[in-house]
Amino acid sequence: MKRLLAAAATVLSLAFATPSFAQTPPNVLIVGQIAEPKSLDPHAVTAVNDFRILMNVYDGLVRYKDGTLEVEPALAESWTISDDGTVYTFKLRDGVSFHDGAPFNAEAVKFNFERMLEEDHPFHDTGPFPLAFFFSTVDTVTAVDDLTVEFKLKEPYAPFLSNLAYPTGLIVSPKAVEENGADFGRNPSGTGAYKFAEWEANAKVVVTRNEEYWDGAPELEAVIYRPITDANTRIAEMLSGGLDIMVEVPPDSLQQFRADEAFEVYEQAGPHVWFLILNTKEGPFASKEIRRAANFAINKTALVDNILQGTAEVAAGPTPPAFAWAFDEDLEPYPYDPEEAKRLLEEAGYDGEEITFYVTEGGSGMLDPIAMGTAIQADLEAVGMKVKIETYEWNTYLGLVNPGLEGKADMAEMAWMTNDPDTLPFLTLRTEAWPDQGGFNSGYYSNEKVDELLEAARRATDQDERAKLYREMQSIVQEDAPWVFVANWKQNAVTKASVENFKLQPSFFLMLQDVAKPE
Amino acid sequence: MSAYIAKRLLAAIPVLFGLTIIVFLIMAMIPGDPATAILGSYATPENVEKLNRDLGLDKPLLQQYLIWLANLFEGDLGRSYTLNRPVLDEVLERFSATLILAGTALMLCSVLGLIAGVISAVRQFSWVDKTITLVVLIGISIPSFWLGLLLILVFAVNLRWFPASGMYAIYGGGGPLDLLHHLFLPALTLAVVATGVIARLTRTAMLEVLRQDYIRTARSKGVSENRVIYRHAFKAALVTVIPVIGIQAGFVLGGAVYIETVFQWPGIGSMLVKAISTRDLLLVQGGVLVVASAYVLFNLAADVLQTVLDPRLR
Repeated sequence: MKRLLAAAATVLSLAFATPSFAQTPPNVLIVGQIAEPKSLDPHAVTAVNDFRILMNVYDGLVRYKDGTLEVEPALAESWTISDDGTVYTFKLRDGVSFHDGAPFNAEAVKFNFERMLEEDHPFHDTGPFPLAFFFSTVDTVTAVDDLTVEFKLKEPYAPFLSNLAYPTGLIVSPKAVEENGADFGRNPSGTGAYKFAEWEANAKVVVTRNEEYWDGAPELEAVIYRPITDANTRIAEMLSGGLDIMVEVPPDSLQQFRADEAFEVYEQAGPHVWFLILNTKEGPFASKEIRRAANFAINKTALVDNILQGTAEVAAGPTPPAFAWAFDEDLEPYPYDPEEAKRLLEEAGYDGEEITFYVTEGGSGMLDPIAMGTAIQADLEAVGMKVKIETYEWNTYLGLVNPGLEGKADMAEMAWMTNDPDTLPFLTLRTEAWPDQGGFNSGYYSNEKVDELLEAARRATDQDERAKLYREMQSIVQEDAPWVFVANWKQNAVTKASVENFKLQPSFFLMLQDVAKPE
Repeated sequence: MSAYIAKRLLAAIPVLFGLTIIVFLIMAMIPGDPATAILGSYATPENVEKLNRDLGLDKPLLQQYLIWLANLFEGDLGRSYTLNRPVLDEVLERFSATLILAGTALMLCSVLGLIAGVISAVRQFSWVDKTITLVVLIGISIPSFWLGLLLILVFAVNLRWFPASGMYAIYGGGGPLDLLHHLFLPALTLAVVATGVIARLTRTAMLEVLRQDYIRTARSKGVSENRVIYRHAFKAALVTVIPVIGIQAGFVLGGAVYIETVFQWPGIGSMLVKAISTRDLLLVQGGVLVVASAYVLFNLAADVLQTVLDPRLR
């Protein structure tokens, strides 16, 4: 027995002595991710978590200009749009190669989009490609010459350029797809600032500096992405020195990092909106006065300050301010005014009918849905509305809300994160986007003028013209109040103080091309 | 003995089959589907239908099950929708990580539990016994995920003796020492409850045995006290304790779900939780099949061991 104990003691002291627990090395950046990536094939994934890797390994034809949601050239040097808005011709950058050595050219671009869109393409079976519908308006892709590619659209579609800047528009190496088939997602090859090096399942993804990067090789030698699903564990790992950057820091911990000089906290508002869908078809919220009353009754400032602890801002309308070019600056959020709410309720003759309120337990972009739901319930009850909460797990929740609220609920929490000011209103506020027609207008809002404006904005090729139409749409929707507009989330990240040139983007993509960590 | 083992193994086959059918049915019955989970906000009926078709989920349930079963006989557990890799690769990798964690925890709790139980029984009502009983009670009562977080806070964040998470160092790691270094906190956390249970049971069993006549006989014959306790009493008490350790193996495997999440241990428990929430049917199916088979084997091993130790059961 004594010998056994002695052996155990030796083993333990060896374990203590292991020097593996060092600080992270210089010029290597360790990023704390919230989950294991699904795939490193940009066309096969949907999660922001995966985009954080992909945006550093691949480039698209266009990209968002630093700090904005406006597109600028990337792999395409320039482009022209035909007057009717249906033909986009891109002039491609010369002399760019994929990490596997294959040349980047018009044929490669054609291959990328045809793989996603054409069911009889020889490599369509390397999918599925869940977000390929972003490009469903594309009719044909033609390689005019080696460095010119032409997209013909079925109809004018102004968000096309924004969609090309989205990860679904990133360009993969056709050679690598041909060689790896369905396993391309684990052997990726792009043109980006970092090359894929290693993926150890459930432990790390390693990418290394691309010395030949067309936009200048990055400072960092390598970036290591670590999946840590539990938020508390992620924080502990950050505090104990095992991470250089972590994203999606819970509000509770942000203060702790702010107070500590060893860390730097970053925040950036993004194209996110958190709202309540109101059932405009039946029940109390069929009345516009009662919908407006709900907007007055809910104390949004208290929600973002107390529950979200300053990690969000009060939303004014359906379009997030991050779309600076399309957002209506004059739009003011509904003020917190319970007296006005009571007056409106009385005017509308609200009879105390019970409101069924769908609340989810969690889910992408939903922030703190249960606490927010309860606070909203309290605010509404304070002005005399009776609210019954029903709570569901996220996937179940989507299965209930997406087919429409009719016969089930009067109000439901929802959040969206989009890449173009068109996407959210087009899919959730048009009459033709009612659930029975395949859209997400689960509250059955319908306003002819809004429909017209959104259709026109899609057809306009001039950005200023589009912006004018979106601004007009926002003030009508705010007045009609088909939703309660609640919050725009600010993405956050914490880095070690030694991390330089780090910046969060309004797109919520994690761009690490310029980051340095000399020590 | 080998006939007995073969019989038990054969009896496990229908159990495992039944299990796969139940898992298939439950996963089909709970609302939400993989396509909705993958598409999230973009889950229009049209997109969901297309993705389900691409994933082969538009076929009737029975057909889906039969396809899965046919593939199983060829050693193919299908491809995970959410991880885009063969289920078998993922499940085996994850399960070996769990085995390392649960195996270490099981060893820890058996050794510590038996030692504590024997000492407690031999020194009944002494301060040693009282201290052990108190510690054991606390150990049984502490929620293990909370204990895990506490250990991380103290030993990883403040003292920095051990890493906070993972199985190997992310940079320049690898090797058995690195593994041990990462293993210590999660294995300890996982072992705590089971240690308590085993210690209490060993104490009772030992006290029971020590009251027996043959122990008095041995003592009166002048056999040394050490020999009485370790050769005569302990061996007899072990027969009662071993099936409990077998059952604890199941609990340790189950408890690993929380611990794996807290310590980001890449095991099968955390994999299953994620797979269920994303409705990754094939991954759930493969994971459950492996865990259930292991459970059956553990229990069988405990039974066999007991038969070996206790001649009366033969």
